[in-house]
Amino acid sequence: MAVRHRNPGIRPHPTIGQWLDRAARAAFPATCSVFIMLLTLAPFGVAGQAVLLPAVTLACIWFWSLFRPAAMPPPAVFGIGLLLDLLGYLPLGVGVLTLLLVHGFALRLRRFLAQQGFALSWLAFVPIAAGAAFLSWALVALLTLRLVPIGLAVFQAVLSATLYPVLAIPLAWAHRSIAEAEPG
Amino acid sequence: MIRLSIPARQALSKLTLPVLVVAAFGLMLLGKADTILAERARMALNDALGPIYAVLAEPLGAINSAVTETGQLWNLRAENVKLREENEYLRRWQTIALALDAENARLKASLNWIPDPTANFVTARVVADAGGVYARAALLAVGPNHAVRKGQIALDERGLIGRVTEVGSRTARVLLITDLNSRIPVTMETSRARAILVGTNGPRPRLLYWPEGVQPQEGERIVTSAEANAFPANLPVGTVRHSRSGVPEVEPFAMLTRLEIVRIFDYGLNGVAAPEAAARTTPGRH
Repeated sequence: MAVRHRNPGIRPHPTIGQWLDRAARAAFPATCSVFIMLLTLAPFGVAGQAVLLPAVTLACIWFWSLFRPAAMPPPAVFGIGLLLDLLGYLPLGVGVLTLLLVHGFALRLRRFLAQQGFALSWLAFVPIAAGAAFLSWALVALLTLRLVPIGLAVFQAVLSATLYPVLAIPLAWAHRSIAEAEPG
Repeated sequence: MIRLSIPARQALSKLTLPVLVVAAFGLMLLGKADTILAERARMALNDALGPIYAVLAEPLGAINSAVTETGQLWNLRAENVKLREENEYLRRWQTIALALDAENARLKASLNWIPDPTANFVTARVVADAGGVYARAALLAVGPNHAVRKGQIALDERGLIGRVTEVGSRTARVLLITDLNSRIPVTMETSRARAILVGTNGPRPRLLYWPEGVQPQEGERIVTSAEANAFPANLPVGTVRHSRSGVPEVEPFAMLTRLEIVRIFDYGLNGVAAPEAAARTTPGRH
């Protein structure tokens, strides 16, 4: 359907179909992250399910910030962070700050990591996930003025690092097919 | 769309992240200053998502029970033997209980005992975990025209699970007795000593502040106390278990990790506002 113009020069205005197609592809990373977040809250009846939400969100943000930062701009990260705070019953701002910092780290490291392949991006994610979980824990303790058990933060970090490859495989496929601006 | 020159656009894109990080700190301050704002946003979100999860709950519950049933098929025989033994034991108890019940009724009649008022209750389905990582709470689907109010008491078929802390138009949030912010006045059944049950976010809340000279006994039943007019007396809570370090903890009767159906009782009590509600009534706030 869409006629692609690879050569520079004057191009015709994109039709509504093309425009919608492009917008949908650009919005895919954020939309799919939100969808995965909502999915983790479904009543599966698994003990400790609540930890899934921050763990999975972190992995999504890391993946898209690393491999497709143009479609995961800081305002989108902010919005997803706010959703994480509201859905995950964190004090407002905790999820937002944590995710923005993870996004910032991903942008810093992406030049190097994006070329190194999947294994290294996972390896780099382990300390990032640990740092993010610890930061959330510290902020929650600070904002609620209560010493919350650190065990949950450790569990979140471990779960996040373990789930990253599980998530990254379908996401990488989506990255190459659906989210690609001009599939070739 | 406004067209900007490439350097301007690059500068702007570099500036977005720091600005948003500052905004995140602003959001933290806002969340601290106005607790109602976050609560309202959460309940609005829950009201929107609640029906979706309620629809999902049934097929997912069916899958879950199918999985557990398959597991149970394995030890059907052992389970059967255990249940027979338990049945015998309970039959003996039933005769005792019936005799005691009749005696109790006779004694109450001769004392002109004023009976406790019966409480109204509604039954609701648990649709989601509403605690997040650092809290223990459950989200209930209560239907559009419900009469659920803050401070009402939630029980499952075995015992106390907690209190309603937030109410939306279709959903209600119940703070569980295991939550870090939960404080419940209780009575130890044999010694009749009062204590406070303090949530730790772990599976077993702790007992604190019992009077001097009394020691919580292992296996002793814990029931609610009517002190502070927040709970009616004698709702079953759990039994005392000492941790390895000798701290008395309470094993709840309620199956808090797999709540499905919950009853919400209206005892007409409003002595102590629920924890989240307490933040609302601080001076200087409406």
